Amino acid sequence: MLRFLVRRFIGAVVILFLLSIVTFLLFFGVPRDPALLMCGKTCNPDSIANIHHVLGLDKPITEQYWIFLHNLVLGSNQFAQGPCPAPCFGYSYHTNEQVWGTLMDRLPTTVSLTLGAAVCFLIVGLGTGLLAAWRRGTLIDKTATAGAMVISSLQIYFLGPLALAILVYQTHWFDKPAYNDFTQDPASWFTGLIIPWVILSTIFAAQYTRMARSSMIEQLQEEHVRTARAKGMSRGYVFFRYAWRGSLIPIVTIFGIDLGSLFGGAIITEYTFGLPGLGNLAVQSVFFSDLPLLLGVMLFSASMILLFNIIVDAAYAFIDPRVRLS
Amino acid sequence: MTTLTKEAGAPNPAGTGPLLSVRDLHVSFKTEDGVVRAVDGLSFDVERGRTLGIVGESGSGKSVTNLTILGLHNPMFTTVEGEILLDGRELTTARESELEKLRGNKVAMIFQDPLTALSPYYTVGRQIAEPYMKHIGASKKEAWARAVEMLGKVGIPNPRERAKEYPHQFSGGMRQRAMIAMALVCDPDLLIADEPTTALDVTVQAQILDLLKDLQQEFGTGIVFITHDLGVIADMADDIMVMYAGGAVERGTTDEVLRAPRHPYTWGLLNSMPRLDSDLAAQLSPIPGSPPSLLTPPSGCRFHPRCTFQERVEGTGRCVRERPLLAPDRASACHLTEEQKRTIFIEEIKPRLG
Amino acid sequence: MKEDLVLPAPREKSAGADGEPLLEVSGLVKHFPVKGGFPIRRTVGAVQAVDGVDITVHAGESFGLVGESGCGKSTTGRLIARLLEPTGGTITYRGQDISHANRKQLAPIRSEIQMIFQDPYSSLNPRQTVGKIISGPMEINGINPEGGREKRVRELLEIVGLNPEHYNRFPHEFSGGQRQRIGVARALALEPKLIVADEPVSALDVSIQAQVVNLLQKVQRELGIAFVFIAHDLAVVRHFSQRVAVMYLGKIIEVGDRESIYTRPRHPYTHALLSAVPEVNLATDDATARERIRLAGDVPSPISPPSGCRFRTRCWKAQDKCATEEPPLVQISGNREGHLTACHFPEEPTTEARDEDIVLDPALAALEEGTPGPEPAQEA
Repeated sequence: MLRFLVRRFIGAVVILFLLSIVTFLLFFGVPRDPALLMCGKTCNPDSIANIHHVLGLDKPITEQYWIFLHNLVLGSNQFAQGPCPAPCFGYSYHTNEQVWGTLMDRLPTTVSLTLGAAVCFLIVGLGTGLLAAWRRGTLIDKTATAGAMVISSLQIYFLGPLALAILVYQTHWFDKPAYNDFTQDPASWFTGLIIPWVILSTIFAAQYTRMARSSMIEQLQEEHVRTARAKGMSRGYVFFRYAWRGSLIPIVTIFGIDLGSLFGGAIITEYTFGLPGLGNLAVQSVFFSDLPLLLGVMLFSASMILLFNIIVDAAYAFIDPRVRLS
Repeated sequence: MTTLTKEAGAPNPAGTGPLLSVRDLHVSFKTEDGVVRAVDGLSFDVERGRTLGIVGESGSGKSVTNLTILGLHNPMFTTVEGEILLDGRELTTARESELEKLRGNKVAMIFQDPLTALSPYYTVGRQIAEPYMKHIGASKKEAWARAVEMLGKVGIPNPRERAKEYPHQFSGGMRQRAMIAMALVCDPDLLIADEPTTALDVTVQAQILDLLKDLQQEFGTGIVFITHDLGVIADMADDIMVMYAGGAVERGTTDEVLRAPRHPYTWGLLNSMPRLDSDLAAQLSPIPGSPPSLLTPPSGCRFHPRCTFQERVEGTGRCVRERPLLAPDRASACHLTEEQKRTIFIEEIKPRLG
Repeated sequence: MKEDLVLPAPREKSAGADGEPLLEVSGLVKHFPVKGGFPIRRTVGAVQAVDGVDITVHAGESFGLVGESGCGKSTTGRLIARLLEPTGGTITYRGQDISHANRKQLAPIRSEIQMIFQDPYSSLNPRQTVGKIISGPMEINGINPEGGREKRVRELLEIVGLNPEHYNRFPHEFSGGQRQRIGVARALALEPKLIVADEPVSALDVSIQAQVVNLLQKVQRELGIAFVFIAHDLAVVRHFSQRVAVMYLGKIIEVGDRESIYTRPRHPYTHALLSAVPEVNLATDDATARERIRLAGDVPSPISPPSGCRFRTRCWKAQDKCATEEPPLVQISGNREGHLTACHFPEEPTTEARDEDIVLDPALAALEEGTPGPEPAQEA
């Protein structure tokens, strides 16, 4: 198992490496010059060349890439803006701030948003799904299934503005979504995020309801579940000890993917509610052709997805002894 | 005589009367295509310490019957009518909590494929110990010790260590032994074995069958043994019930049914099965056609579309019109006269068996 | 099934069992790699599915392969039909070495060697009509029989006992037995000389099995097609095959004509196998009882088979020699011509009951205190 994880980590590093190359190549393949955006109104060829030189964009791509890798691993003192310790993605073209620092500034927002929503949608989604499977065929099941169907077809960019319009601007029941540091003011941290949490987790919960229900129903038809009932184990015991264990595998798989991509930045959610998280940063970096920031956000998001993939694989081993012992 | 059919009377006090008594059982499922009459008017008895072999092909209703005994059918889609009496106690109307107390305790089951029938998530020892804790009220430690003891009894080498392993670490034959250990852990009165050796190799099958017989001797368990294999049934059963399309067509002791069968379907089964000592020059004589759909079962005798003897029945079209009943005791559900059944077997069927 | 069917004129009987062999397999080996290792995955071992098998099949003959799971009988069948490429050894079909022939070289032979599979549900394409399924092989091989392919397909449907009118139906409209007939018709479409039938009846109900066995027997006899008949059911193999080979863990341990194998077996494993078959004893008088041998445990893994004789770990006659020396497959004294056995310490040529049962299974031995079995052979 440990060997397997080590192998997966090596694989993840290789993927990140390739991803950085692709991002680099794409950046230079796009006919947009960041210097044009930076030199403002008094733009002339000289100043553009100057900006190119300052940013290092006049060097060959391979050399730029090498410098990028070098800085990432060892850090650098070559930047005009000041020293840049590893992991160094350089300084943003647009804000002149250290990319790594910016990422770390934005991370709490994204983590708060994601974890809060995840807790909600896991409890509500799995709970409803399990209830529907337990009461299969009854009115409860039918209501839950139909509701989940409708809700999971909705989108954040529809539900989000709708919720804002009604709950914030019309009725003033809730504060306008904002991020407040948890350590400074836990109460306003909570009130500022409650609407994004509810909206984000509503849609996810609907999906998890459907998934938990169908995977439980599938497991309940397994032969070993029937054997457990034939042994005289109670319905609840069989449900939670035998069927639940097996249905965890697909749930954990999807949860890992969801969590990974949410940690990488819930772009639409953050954009809709104007939260300054990683997703917002990603949009910004593309908008300003900000290569260091773009690379930073890309690689950070990708690392999150890969990390959660590995965690999911490790979780399989906990759930299923066949994985653990092979 | 175990397969005695008698009128269901007052509940038997434990110890007298048959262990299990099924009376006029009807089981039907609602499916998208219509109602499947999986079991249609079935009655049989099982005595303590004896083995009733139920033989039949796929769709004959033999497995459904036995899931119904323990109430393991899906109640949402299934309709059950008739009586199932265990020690005189009615099971079809019993509450789920009452059935739970019986399952794995008084009545246990062994399934066909031990790989899918054992949970991959828990150790073999735990799975065996569970019903012992639940039904006997044993502590975790006592139950584990009992699991190890049972594993040893069914011939798992080094049971103390193997109990900590998971089913996928066992070979096919060992898994079925573990399954048997699990079924017998609470010393049940009745064991229902549904094709327990079909997924196994022949040398392993022989071990498992002998093991079941030996354990039955020791525990005094009544067994319902379901199979499609006449050879296995001949080896295992004291009494045989032959099922076709949801009903019993013949019953009697093993010797009676196999050596002097009285139903055309039983004749057909015997004739279509090669044996190790059968005449090599003779062709097999298969039963023509295929088993019927239980959505629209044939009228009258359900076997009539495949039966080559119906012209000999007195009264034209009787087999198509009238469903033959299975009399109590040694009997076959066929309109041929007893005399005809005997002479046809001796003169026409037996010589072909080589 | 129509028994009195008029068949198209059978092709001229090939040389017969005495002539030049149709198929010769020698030293056949198939190892499937096992991946593993760290940090780079590599081949760390092999499943020795087939390990040195010699088979000769004559034209028009039915050759049976029996054995338990993992013995390599199915792999052998697939190798013969060249659905797999052997790791070693040679497969010679009508004098031509096809062991490593490529697609192009195999093309003319593919039509002559056909396969029938176990599962009639998954081996037919559910989206094709029966006509299309059966004419498929003809299309692929560009064969245009007289009167057109459709006419030929209708003929074939009739041969296998199906209604030719069902030409346009789909597989799901047929029962299991009928589907297996479609599989047979497809195999016959190219007028093969050899059919490899891999457990052709084991997925079918008892009453249907006999129908298909009879059909195959008719095909074999009347069309003079040779069969390699692979099955785990010893009685069916005996009924169908003139010669029978018994396989164990990738090797043939005994081969001979069926009479000899079934009544005068010499290899302990053949004895164990035959004695394990549950049988309906029809004799009313207690005729000669069969011997009772109960082995211990299951077949060992083919990844690391025992040294020397592969059966020795479960054999009651095993001695030190069995671990060090692999017994050759030879005709031992007392055997009939062509009856070969691979055993250092062969059994008496009879299947009758012994004075004492052989019960190696410790649980059985313990439960049957009266007749304790000998200790199972220990791993050397």
